[in-house]
Amino acid sequence: MSEGYTPEMLDLIKKVEESRPQRLSESRAGKAFPAMSMDARDVVLNAFHPDYTEEGRRALGIGPNKDEVYPEELVDLLESRSLLEAVNPDLSTPDYETDVLVIGGGGGGSAAALSAAGEGLDVILATKLRHGDSNTVMAEGGIQGADQEPDSPYFHYLDVIGGGHFTNERSLVAAMTNDAPLIIEWLESLGMMFDKHPDGRMKARHGGGTSRKRMHSAGDMTGAEIMRVLRDETRNRKDKIKILEFSPAVELLMDENGRCAGAVLNNMETGAYYTVKAKTTVIATGGTGRLHYRGFACTNHYGATGDGLVMAYRAGAKLGYMDSVQYHPTGTAYPEQNVGLLVTEKVRGLGGQLLNIDGEQFVFPLEPRDVESAAIIRECVGNGNGVKTPTGRLGVWLDSPLIDELHGPGTVQRELPAKYIQFKRFGIDIAKVPMLVYPTLHYQNGGIAINDQSESTIPGLYAAGETTGGVHGHNRLMGNSLLDILVFGRRAGQSAAKAIAGGVEVGAASLAHLAEYGKALSDAGLDRGAVSPMILPNYATDEIRSRRWDVKSPTV
Amino acid sequence: MTKCTEDNKPIMVGDRTIPPPDARYITISIMGQPYEVPETLTILKAMEFVGYQFKRGCGCRGGICGACGTFYRIEGDHTLQTGLACQTVVEPGMILAQIPFFPSNRASELDLETKMPADQQIATMYPEIFRCVGCGTCTRTCPMDIDVMGYIAHFKRGDIMGGAEQSFDCIMCGLCAARCPANISQFNVAMTARRIASARLTPKSEVTAARAEQVRSGRYEPMLAELCALSGEELKKLYVEREREPDLAKPGEWMPADQTHL
Repeated sequence: MSEGYTPEMLDLIKKVEESRPQRLSESRAGKAFPAMSMDARDVVLNAFHPDYTEEGRRALGIGPNKDEVYPEELVDLLESRSLLEAVNPDLSTPDYETDVLVIGGGGGGSAAALSAAGEGLDVILATKLRHGDSNTVMAEGGIQGADQEPDSPYFHYLDVIGGGHFTNERSLVAAMTNDAPLIIEWLESLGMMFDKHPDGRMKARHGGGTSRKRMHSAGDMTGAEIMRVLRDETRNRKDKIKILEFSPAVELLMDENGRCAGAVLNNMETGAYYTVKAKTTVIATGGTGRLHYRGFACTNHYGATGDGLVMAYRAGAKLGYMDSVQYHPTGTAYPEQNVGLLVTEKVRGLGGQLLNIDGEQFVFPLEPRDVESAAIIRECVGNGNGVKTPTGRLGVWLDSPLIDELHGPGTVQRELPAKYIQFKRFGIDIAKVPMLVYPTLHYQNGGIAINDQSESTIPGLYAAGETTGGVHGHNRLMGNSLLDILVFGRRAGQSAAKAIAGGVEVGAASLAHLAEYGKALSDAGLDRGAVSPMILPNYATDEIRSRRWDVKSPTV
Repeated sequence: MTKCTEDNKPIMVGDRTIPPPDARYITISIMGQPYEVPETLTILKAMEFVGYQFKRGCGCRGGICGACGTFYRIEGDHTLQTGLACQTVVEPGMILAQIPFFPSNRASELDLETKMPADQQIATMYPEIFRCVGCGTCTRTCPMDIDVMGYIAHFKRGDIMGGAEQSFDCIMCGLCAARCPANISQFNVAMTARRIASARLTPKSEVTAARAEQVRSGRYEPMLAELCALSGEELKKLYVEREREPDLAKPGEWMPADQTHL
């Protein structure tokens, strides 16, 4: 089945088929396309990786991270005014008061809420969409944790920091790897359906860059299983945890001593704003894939618009590692309906090769993710050897039929069931014809700077998960994001409890920092009339946009 | 189809739909209102194409979160069909409505420490499963092709593990419950059953428990502190020299030469 491709594309696929017998015999003989030297890696990264090139990046002109160079779309959001700057709401009587306000309802926020509730605190969890809507549900492969006999947090630490090019915040790596076995045990106790051996032992596998088998999984939907279990458990704690859905936080409240005092929520369905005064606040709002840096497609959830970064930055929190983004080498480039969706690394692990428009290999298939992505961009944009789709996107072939040739008929369907169905739905049998792929925005390595107790640089403000930066350095290994969110989510809840037990004084809540930020923006000549946070992505056509006569801000 | 050249940069518009110049347009009806959309789009992208900005009814956009359950009919066909808006391609004459939320029953307390047999626990929490009339509408409705009626039958028979496994792919979109004549909220029953099956009917991982105990005793804190204090060069040396567990090693059989940091 290949009717999903255009006749022109089917013609080009013939070239892939022509070169396949030769490539197959080479693969069988163990001959692979040569991997790059360290120098060659540097060359391609410097010339073509979006993190290394100047295009599409500029220096941030304001705030604690002034002069650091970030993707422009992020700088645009940070150099925007608040939705609430010109408003002077009465903040003297908050609508809600609580011990802990958790902003964000993914895995990190849910873990924070559960751990705070476990310490006896009252929690409000406010989230933009439904409880559980997050990148957590989209994590397929697994969660790392050094629980097997030949392993320990010591070796997990080494793998994490080597994978991150030795740039990681070391205290965070220590915290994450130390707690990992506790997280696996906790999830098991909550009734997560881990892949197990009959005697109860966890199935543990290798992942990219691991020295020991410590990847734990629940089928190929590990994140979705973690999320539905945590959400269900949160619903068991109604006594302590109040959930507010479709109620994104839009700004933090601050007191006169520079302490975070809670947040302003917006009920998206009624448009009404509500204030939450909280002794402690946890930001767990996730990543920024939906900002589509430089127009890249992304693998992220609809809600990944970086709202937490914006409000924390306006309140004076320091960010870290924000220049670093993980592009996954193989996002879908065709059909248009699947654009950006992840094509797992497993395809290349099984022997799938990347090919240009002439059906030729141009890169070793299992370079580190950043190198592999840069090589694909070079082949398409630099060398002009990409395949163009009917909508003007570019891609290279990922020769999946080779997998069946290598390992026997039926392998593709058995090993990649979700991908097989996803393409078959659009008339493409990936066991018979190759996929077209291009790098896609996958993960935000940077974020709000925290310490190993999940404390940000603002008193009373904690953060956990993809919205933070440092633990993965400049490159994250598979299976460490599901771990990261739970470790630092739980630590945030525990830190909040410790702080409250020690006595917390929250002064009068204020939004004065918004006007200060707006003034600094004007003084720096950076006011473009834009407002943020973004809250929801906007995928309307130009035609529709031009008809929205009353919408002025370029970022909303 | 030509080779792209250096001045021919790819079109990079994130997730916005760019219909090809020769795209064919079809008419679909979104909650009764007709719109012209390119024929290859998913329901989700077609709705965005005509100007919807979703608050409800949109989530992961990849078929795993359950936010975008949708009912539709094709004009002239009496059958009611279901799909996820992010995974279902529009068809001419499609009349659709999203069901982003459906009222459901979730039994309030789940006690994983109880001594009550698992099948009784489910029967007590969700007695309505015994009202199942076996019509099979839930199974036909499920966008994940789960045999929903089959797993409910497992629970009725007391086979909690079997039903838990059969329901594993559930994304909790709620479409089954929307169509059930017996008023069962199948997806919540299954959620509870999976947790009971995993926590109460599956052996605990003793290896994990032993390691967790070692972590709690503080065993690894000095080792990790030692790593944190190393120079970059020392750390790189340890990284490069670390032993790799062989791919085919059986669980618990292979042990590294260096056992001082276990």
